[in-house]
Amino acid sequence: MRLLAVSGLDVQPDVAAGRRRPFVRRAFSSRSLLAGLCIVASVTTLAALAPVIVRYGPNQQNPFHGMEGPSAAHWLGTDELGRDVWSRVLYAGRTDLVVGFLAVLFPFGFGTLLGIAAGYFGGVVETVTMRLVDVIIAFPFYVLVVALVFIIGPGIRGIYIAIALTDWVVYARMARTQALVVRELDWVTAARSGGLSHARVLWRHILPNTISQAIVYVMSDIVYVLLAVVTLGYLGLGIQPPTPDWGSMISDGQSFLSTNLWISTIPGIPIVLTGLGLSLVADGLTDVLRPP
Amino acid sequence: MRKTWRYAVTRLAHSVPVVFGVTIVTFLLLHLIPGDPARKLVGPHAGPAAVAAVRRQLGLDGSLVNQFGVFLSRLAHGDTGRSFFYGVSTRSLVISRLSVTAALVGLAALFCVILTLPLATLAAVHKDRLADHAIRVIPLVGLGMPAFWIGILFIIVFSVNLGWFPVGGWGVTLGDHLRALVLPALTAALGIIPLLIRSLRAGVLDVLKADFVATARAKGLREMRVLFRHVTRNALIPTVALLGLNIAYLIGSTVIVERVFDLNGLGSLMLDAVGNRDFPVVEGVTLVFAVAVVALNLFTDLVSAQLDPRIRLG
Repeated sequence: MRLLAVSGLDVQPDVAAGRRRPFVRRAFSSRSLLAGLCIVASVTTLAALAPVIVRYGPNQQNPFHGMEGPSAAHWLGTDELGRDVWSRVLYAGRTDLVVGFLAVLFPFGFGTLLGIAAGYFGGVVETVTMRLVDVIIAFPFYVLVVALVFIIGPGIRGIYIAIALTDWVVYARMARTQALVVRELDWVTAARSGGLSHARVLWRHILPNTISQAIVYVMSDIVYVLLAVVTLGYLGLGIQPPTPDWGSMISDGQSFLSTNLWISTIPGIPIVLTGLGLSLVADGLTDVLRPP
Repeated sequence: MRKTWRYAVTRLAHSVPVVFGVTIVTFLLLHLIPGDPARKLVGPHAGPAAVAAVRRQLGLDGSLVNQFGVFLSRLAHGDTGRSFFYGVSTRSLVISRLSVTAALVGLAALFCVILTLPLATLAAVHKDRLADHAIRVIPLVGLGMPAFWIGILFIIVFSVNLGWFPVGGWGVTLGDHLRALVLPALTAALGIIPLLIRSLRAGVLDVLKADFVATARAKGLREMRVLFRHVTRNALIPTVALLGLNIAYLIGSTVIVERVFDLNGLGSLMLDAVGNRDFPVVEGVTLVFAVAVVALNLFTDLVSAQLDPRIRLG
């Protein structure tokens, strides 16, 4: 749905088997994969352990200590209601990361399956799928998502449905292109002429050889979806208060930019870190999964 | 020449079903809302007559096919409905806001090209050296940056601290407008520049390996001249094509950027309409955005084909 471009991924499917080092060994030799995993693990752990780490609840207000700068008591200061920013940043991570990770699952599964079916069967299935993809891609991503959330209603449910309806198209396009290549290969023809059913050929032969590109893309996609989640939060259409959310925290702080700029700037840092980590994982996976 | 025209006509014909599909999807958006939008709009205390009147005005009475017919015939007359909140036609609202968004997208596209080309060329020429590594960090960090956060950082640095640009708003004179657009356009451009740099770096690396570059060097041309005359010019084509491919994302990000910088364009019109539950405006603006994307895609494809005969001559 969003950025469409060759992202350095091979369009060639991983057909060349050959003798390769085991996946785990290759994974450990990729520095960007390891660095990325470390960053993502750190951010996720901090968010997961939030109740243990912080001293204040995310919504615990203290009107006498509003808008205070960083101190020993409040590491990242307090917002206009005297809520601890460090606590809110961590608690927001719990919601935003979970929503980001979960929201890509349906588009990944549905889009990939539809895409390989379109590429493998061709004909009407392909025409209908690809025309639908063309239409949905014509909508600017944020315009369609905002319109959908408007209809479904703001909040987490709205985010899940809006992402599910818009995001599968990228996977469908990618998987179709891959499937078009794989279905012409000799051993697929052999499997078919050996009497295997379409379902079995798709599941056992086409899917495993088209999935790696989609898996790499999932990493970048989580970044885009996370951005969409916080952007909707910023616009007031995402995760609703009082549940803390990085986007709405940034939006709340925008009124105080000239005096208390940390309120708006700090919640952006975990977003960028998560994005950096996942991008590194995606780069690393591209190398590790690339056919030798 | 005939082949050029044939390419243009084929490409145009390809856009027609997309525009039709976009119209259907936009129609379904409003007309498949769970519950009764008319009821939601007038509130729980209105009588059945008022609800029915609003339903008729929205084109929500009759069967779905019937409703679609009404929707299409209204569209054919250039009528995209009437705003509940402003009491004027959606079309006039769109027209009054269009120039801000168009200027924003235009300037953002310009920033994309003038920032991406030199950076990608620099990275490719210095492959695997310091400049390359530094430039390759941009996509890694940049892709995870929310546009609204970048915008706020820009406001803090360039507006609040340095005072170079206004914090927001559109101003009165042409000079005001231009100054008001710099930061928003840069913010919108930064949303896709990381990706453009990544793809274009690979593109320039390919061009550098091409025979005509070797010939140019063999002729004894200075390296700078080779880069500008031969490499960059050939890399411009994929940049334009890539920009066209991602124009939907760029246009979509204006919705957010306009909010951050308080600009009254189409994006903020849409967000205001969402806030006011102004269904016809949301529908109208969504449709205009999508049709604009199809038109711009067509335009960039034709420009690319004009720049690169290989595309139109197949």
